[in-house]
Amino acid sequence: MSVVLEEKAPAEAGSGPQSIVNDFSIHVATANGSGSQSSNNILMRAIFQMGIPVSGKNLFPSNIQGLPTWFTIRASKDGFIARRRDIGVLICMNPETVHEDVRTVHPGAAIIYEESLKLDSSRRDVSFYPVPFQKLVLELVQDGKLRRLAVNMIYVGVAAWLLKIDMEEIRQALARQFKGKEKAVEINWTAIRGGYDWAEKNLRKTDPFRVERMDKTAGKIIIDGNAAAAIGCVMGGVQVLAWYPITPSSSLAESFIDYCRRFRQDEDGAPTYAIVQAEDELAAAGMVLGAGWAGARAMTTTSGPGISLMSEFVGLGYYAEVPAVIVDVQRVGPSTGLPTRTMQGDIFSTYNLSHGDAKHILLIPGSVEECYLLAMEAFDLAERFQTPVFLMSDLDLGMNNWMADPFPYPEKGIDRGKVIRTEEELQSHVRRFQEFGRYKDVDGDGIPYRTLPGEIDNPTAAYFTRGSGHTERATYSEKPEDYERNMDRLARKFETAKRSVPRPVIETGSGSRVGLIAYGSSDFAVQEARHLLSRKGIPVDYLRLRALPLTDDVPEFLASHDRVYVVDQNRDRQMYDILRLEAGPDAFKLRSIRHYNGFPLDAETVLEGIEAGEKN
Amino acid sequence: MSTTRETSAPATNRAGLTVKDYGGLKSTLCVGCGHDVITRQITQAFFDMGTPPYKVAKLSGIGCSSKTTAYFADRGHGFNAVHGRMPAVATGAMLANHSLLAIGVSGDGDTASIGAGQFVHMLRRNVPMIYIVENNGVYGLTKGQFSATADLGSKLKTGVVNDLPAIDLCAMAIELGCGYVARSFSGDMKQLLALIKGAIAHRGTSLLDVISPCVTFNNHEDSTKSYKWAKEHEEPIQEIGFIPYFDEIYVEYDPGTTQDVALHDGSHIRLKKLRADYDPTDKNAAFGLLREAQEKHEFLTGLLYVEPTKKDFLSLLGLPAQPLSTLPLERVRPAREALAQMMEELK
Repeated sequence: MSVVLEEKAPAEAGSGPQSIVNDFSIHVATANGSGSQSSNNILMRAIFQMGIPVSGKNLFPSNIQGLPTWFTIRASKDGFIARRRDIGVLICMNPETVHEDVRTVHPGAAIIYEESLKLDSSRRDVSFYPVPFQKLVLELVQDGKLRRLAVNMIYVGVAAWLLKIDMEEIRQALARQFKGKEKAVEINWTAIRGGYDWAEKNLRKTDPFRVERMDKTAGKIIIDGNAAAAIGCVMGGVQVLAWYPITPSSSLAESFIDYCRRFRQDEDGAPTYAIVQAEDELAAAGMVLGAGWAGARAMTTTSGPGISLMSEFVGLGYYAEVPAVIVDVQRVGPSTGLPTRTMQGDIFSTYNLSHGDAKHILLIPGSVEECYLLAMEAFDLAERFQTPVFLMSDLDLGMNNWMADPFPYPEKGIDRGKVIRTEEELQSHVRRFQEFGRYKDVDGDGIPYRTLPGEIDNPTAAYFTRGSGHTERATYSEKPEDYERNMDRLARKFETAKRSVPRPVIETGSGSRVGLIAYGSSDFAVQEARHLLSRKGIPVDYLRLRALPLTDDVPEFLASHDRVYVVDQNRDRQMYDILRLEAGPDAFKLRSIRHYNGFPLDAETVLEGIEAGEKN
Repeated sequence: MSTTRETSAPATNRAGLTVKDYGGLKSTLCVGCGHDVITRQITQAFFDMGTPPYKVAKLSGIGCSSKTTAYFADRGHGFNAVHGRMPAVATGAMLANHSLLAIGVSGDGDTASIGAGQFVHMLRRNVPMIYIVENNGVYGLTKGQFSATADLGSKLKTGVVNDLPAIDLCAMAIELGCGYVARSFSGDMKQLLALIKGAIAHRGTSLLDVISPCVTFNNHEDSTKSYKWAKEHEEPIQEIGFIPYFDEIYVEYDPGTTQDVALHDGSHIRLKKLRADYDPTDKNAAFGLLREAQEKHEFLTGLLYVEPTKKDFLSLLGLPAQPLSTLPLERVRPAREALAQMMEELK
């Protein structure tokens, strides 16, 4: 058993007042489609409004109605918002899973459940709170059709009583949830209040969990990574979005659409963007390439299966040198199985996506704020390097709720890259370089200049775009020397990209010879694991990758440590393998920690991995 | 009728350009390939219409047909995309810059098999572009396999018989709401030229299914896509005249024998009926005609269906007058207050 649990496990149920304040997880077990989302949001929001750092995760099935789903809310006074393995408060609303749910909680947990399920004899080391939900909802809600949903509000009231959540905050969170729907607010408030009053009258608290007002969330926002990335795209001036619905990326496109409708209109009401729901991901990728070729900032959003389908077009984009931004909200795949669970599953395949030689720029956000910032950055890099750029998010980051500071307004302009758009620019280019060669490296950085279709009425500006076989002047060629020269230039361009991609975030200074490399949504759990490790006397330095290709920082980090653990949320240790191949002579120091069960990473996994490694 | 204009074309057109200015690279297709004839008609049509060649965006997929976009209008940009996926690239390009004149050249393999999905959705959206299928019933570049437009019972040179029915791209296009659907034959240059000009004048997808014999793999005795077969069987449903919007010559016509169709840019198509009472603005008539032709193994050419006022995809999206690709940062990045409002709502 890990130290975390020992530290936080409460005493035997009912044995006393030793409180656990602002440091536990609430786990709500319901059936999918039963309308519990609003209730869970209200609980989470109310805790957030009390100034307590919080996060919310939906562990849901691939289903619209009926299959089991869980929502976890973590309150953490220290600001750790990764998933916690141990559950403090379990709310059982799904009879299908109730026995398994009860079996898996740790000793000392509080369990709220429907009275008729008669669970109280099943365990002796937890606190049971039977609540007659069905009976109460009959009394509290007159409209029979609303009872199925309103029953979830009763548990909000019971939990508020149990955890000492301020009812005024609950009320505000409720009003926010059903903004402008007075009647819904009223009906739900009756249910919440009813649950609270019943609990106060009939239950006796025997568990240690409760909240207490803090001041750690003032001014903060709660947002999911998909909405954050969507705002980044809106602010980044995206002009064309072509997408095909796929979980867990659909909500990114839908947020983008919502924000565009509100904030991306010309004075006369005309949209400054175009959105196409494509017939499939191949078409979405093709539209993005067509739009990028013709000079628009264009993007698509997808997940693993879509990435596979886009492979051919992405390869063409690499060779034809067309800017494109592809957001991959990674999930478990393929086909049916765990499409609604999280994974860092596409790192290796996307890095090299295409037939033939290809390497791509991958940006890997590690927070909602970075979803916003790197989404914007992706367009600059795509246009600067005239190539497809990937934003590698994942389901945990993309679809779950995270606390963050409000996003800063972009102070710098946008980088549209080396584009010749007017006759004057063309003349000046020709004067400088004697000619316009679409694929000619005149600056020595591997990045050529491009023109856009239909902009300059001059035959010199026109060129023919095709795949790999072309000369520097974009004419057709199958000559070995032309092909090689072009491939070498593309490699040179990628070298230039190494100096332009976001550098890793490095936290050293612990004096430790042990290092840790992680990326993406792993950051939350890794931060917490480092905290726990240093308390146990094993401080570790940390390098969080934010992009591929690797920058020089990585070999330097490896050189200054003896052992470096790489955290991957996949079985095949994909980033570890890339580092082994590309991180230089010290790559032998790398060790792998893997997590791949579909659930978001938790701190204990990282902690245990490093502890086990350091023992050897 | 003004169809005689082509033969007396002046050395320069209204844009002050010669027909050579609409040319491209030398073809590398087989000598006698039907595709090269089509290329010449495309070149001539752009010249006759005075289209600014730098505004032409040429798009194609993969196959012999798809190579031909390099053979005309090389003052315009071209994009040789991946197999069967040209419609998506064209759609994206038009979204970015609606001032382009997009012309896609595809083949029967590129369109009716690997590209069937994208073809269908391009038609459904009514993306403003000319889409020419150079249809020869075989895969040329991979040396002679049947395509999905090969007629039932037709034979390959090797003796292999096609036992699957042909996909009728025109019927498919009409079904999916395409507003300009024509079938032609590369051997019927006069008709083809008029139909291409009509396509240039039309706003929306215009589909031209042009039978274009493959001299190397499908021009033998038992082929139903050979020059000989097509010449012997071609049955035009109209004589087609094209009157461009800038032509002030008004020619009287007899509404009993001739139908006049006004196109988007003000040009007109004059159809002298060869099939009594066939009205190409009548969708049901078009379906009926194609079904009948299929049953009787007739090779009908001409303007099968036209709906010039149908809204194209870009109009449906309500895009601004200025192409999206040219909008400056201040028009595509919301103001500071807008972001502040987004953030406030998330607090």
